[in-house]
Amino acid sequence: MRDFFKIANKKFNSRLIVGTGKYKNFSECAKAIKYSGAEIVTVAVRRVNIVNKKKPLLMDYIDPKKITYLPNTAGCFTSEDALRTLRLAREIGGWKLVKLEVLGDKKNLFPDMIETLRSTEILSKEGFKVMVYCSDDPLMAKRLEDSGAVAIMPLAAPIGSGLGIQNYTNIRIIRNQTKLPVIIDAGIGQASDAVIAMELGCDGVLINTAIAKAKKPFEMAEAMKFAVIAGRKSFISGRISKTLHGSPSTTNKGII
Amino acid sequence: MKKNKKIKIILNGKPRSLQKVISVYELMRSLKLSTEKVAIELNKEIINKRTIKNLYLKNKDKIEIVHFIGGG
Repeated sequence: MRDFFKIANKKFNSRLIVGTGKYKNFSECAKAIKYSGAEIVTVAVRRVNIVNKKKPLLMDYIDPKKITYLPNTAGCFTSEDALRTLRLAREIGGWKLVKLEVLGDKKNLFPDMIETLRSTEILSKEGFKVMVYCSDDPLMAKRLEDSGAVAIMPLAAPIGSGLGIQNYTNIRIIRNQTKLPVIIDAGIGQASDAVIAMELGCDGVLINTAIAKAKKPFEMAEAMKFAVIAGRKSFISGRISKTLHGSPSTTNKGII
Repeated sequence: MKKNKKIKIILNGKPRSLQKVISVYELMRSLKLSTEKVAIELNKEIINKRTIKNLYLKNKDKIEIVHFIGGG
């Protein structure tokens, strides 16, 4: 049986979502996406450059017909801004699957969960399929689910910090209490962090900085691809239980 | 509507003078911007791109033209 990654009834093969920010240029970004095997990428909404129209366009490098664009509200600090951004994103080309991120803290980039919750409710009512960046608080995750979110995206650690998963327990509780996909968003630093996220039972991982700012982004993109696959396979294979003492791998029968 | 009147608008946060009243469609053409791959907001309201030929700009209108860029 194929192990598809399902979000809002859409099936994907790759469980790795990558961000398209912080790359040197679009061509580096497009190449990293190829190496990562990602089928979904986050994108931001910003003003068109009126003065220099020769500047390259993201869509010229990453074909939205082949790769699912996930408009994100990066940089929004109020519900009003986030709603405005996603409504504009929908207008650009009919995008309904979106990522909501309402920040409340400029230093740590933690989400403002009250504004996030409010925005989730409104967007869901407007027909958006909202994937929600959130704190690793199981109660808030439940509230988001009740508000119509299609995916719960708890942070592993602050955005861009590369610290890896800080609260294994909460992530597992969030995973166990919801039917929605749980995707670790923010804070991944290296491949082993992505493996752990998947081994905790998460359905996917979203990575931007750890790939874009690695010394060799293409190699790291590939490492993340394999990490997510390895972690997922490890999780669904059913690990052995831990024991304090050793147990021989070879039978004593016929020993000389 | 007096179409020869000069007006000032705010385009993507910057003031811009127009020699005469033009439609949003004409503005897009003068900027050499395709309406595909962008969204347009007029005075904080998203406008239907199909209606821009008949949508004329007024003095002090605030217009935002946005698209997708790389982001996390």
